[in-house]
Amino acid sequence: MKAAPFEYSRPADIDEACAMLAADENARLIAGGQTLVPMMAMRLARPTRLVDINRIAGLSYIRQDGDAIAIGATTRQCDLERSATIARDIPLMAKAIPWIGHAATRARGTIGGSLVNADPAAEQALIAVTLDAVLNYREDKKTIEIAAGEFFVGAMVTSLPSTACLTGLKIPVWHGDRIGTGFHEVNARRSDFAFVSSAVQVQLDADGTCKRIAIGAGAATDFPMRLTSAEQQLVGSKLDAAKVKDVVTEALADIEALDDLHATAAYRKRVAVSMACRAVADARASALGEKLHAH
Amino acid sequence: MRINLDINGEIRELDVEPRTSLLDCLRDHVGLTGAHTGCEHGVCGACTVLFDGVAVRSCLMFAPQAEGSKITTIEGVTPGPGEMSVIQDAFCETHGMQCGYCTPAMVLVAHALLIDNPNPSRDDIVDAISGNICRCTGYAQIIDAIALAAERLRGANRPVELTK
Repeated sequence: MKAAPFEYSRPADIDEACAMLAADENARLIAGGQTLVPMMAMRLARPTRLVDINRIAGLSYIRQDGDAIAIGATTRQCDLERSATIARDIPLMAKAIPWIGHAATRARGTIGGSLVNADPAAEQALIAVTLDAVLNYREDKKTIEIAAGEFFVGAMVTSLPSTACLTGLKIPVWHGDRIGTGFHEVNARRSDFAFVSSAVQVQLDADGTCKRIAIGAGAATDFPMRLTSAEQQLVGSKLDAAKVKDVVTEALADIEALDDLHATAAYRKRVAVSMACRAVADARASALGEKLHAH
Repeated sequence: MRINLDINGEIRELDVEPRTSLLDCLRDHVGLTGAHTGCEHGVCGACTVLFDGVAVRSCLMFAPQAEGSKITTIEGVTPGPGEMSVIQDAFCETHGMQCGYCTPAMVLVAHALLIDNPNPSRDDIVDAISGNICRCTGYAQIIDAIALAAERLRGANRPVELTK
């Protein structure tokens, strides 16, 4: 369980990091390393060069940027976990972060590393897709934007070019009253890889009618998906449990669920419905809680 | 490559291959064998050290990445030679170990927890040690140990001390 030999570089800025990737097709970026290092230890990854971006200045931040919260690629998961900005403006992310690995891996793991790794079970990818995040990357000295919904294209596969470096993402903030969130996940052990997860954010009218809803389903399929048809049918409804179950079941009816030793496709499909229903119910309850509190 | 690490308050200049994990560096190059080699892929938690005061897995980091950082191993938590920290004492008293393989990591995780949260609930303690596998104790005495240490440190009205 020892990594194969490699060269180690610590570039001063992103463009230098990209140039190092362009110069050697077997070079890999390393940020938190919480996935790459075990892959290297098991020799499932054998990069010839590690380009360490941990110390590049200006890649770790959480700040307001217009109507969004901007997060730097090397921002560690523990910093997101402790951020008052995230708790206030991106409550869905705050709810999901404790589910990422363990405290000791969140202390090193970065949001950008998780996004480019694109594990089907990753919570951060699910949140990015559910909240319509926009990702930024640097390639050939240019900064390029891509929607989270177009970034993930397969299990462990993204549309990021091989010589590019993710620099950050922006997550739009929902404004107004009666916004609620829900997050549910099933796994074998505490903070293990998810078999199924669901993230929901909802905004209600004064009378409890659903004004806006985003429903994301994670881990069940190759990459996180939005239940767009369910969202459309639920806007204008009271989020009645039976109706939620119907539209969520319909939205998940034709998915090609992952199937492995730990959870079969049939299980994942069935539980994905339950998780989404619970997440919608939680989101609705927390939105109503805010309303009650305000009165 | 040559690297400088601040290990338990002492600056060490070392010559390592880039592929050397921080864990192997501590054990084989520095001679500190308190961080244990378990799974070497980030699952068991036996290799936990404090990295700038935060619990991390030393098998999931290459030694050159730790350049200039402050690392505390189990050898660095004792007040003096032959003495034990309040947390280590509590592990002895509650029988918070059997074979001892997971113990250094459990003690360091407890240190990291109590720095952040001097008054942890049982759930907080369970959460803090959830990334560390123990195959002997069933965890109950470990949880008791950390709760006892927390109570004593609160009673003594002094913060957790990391290194001498």
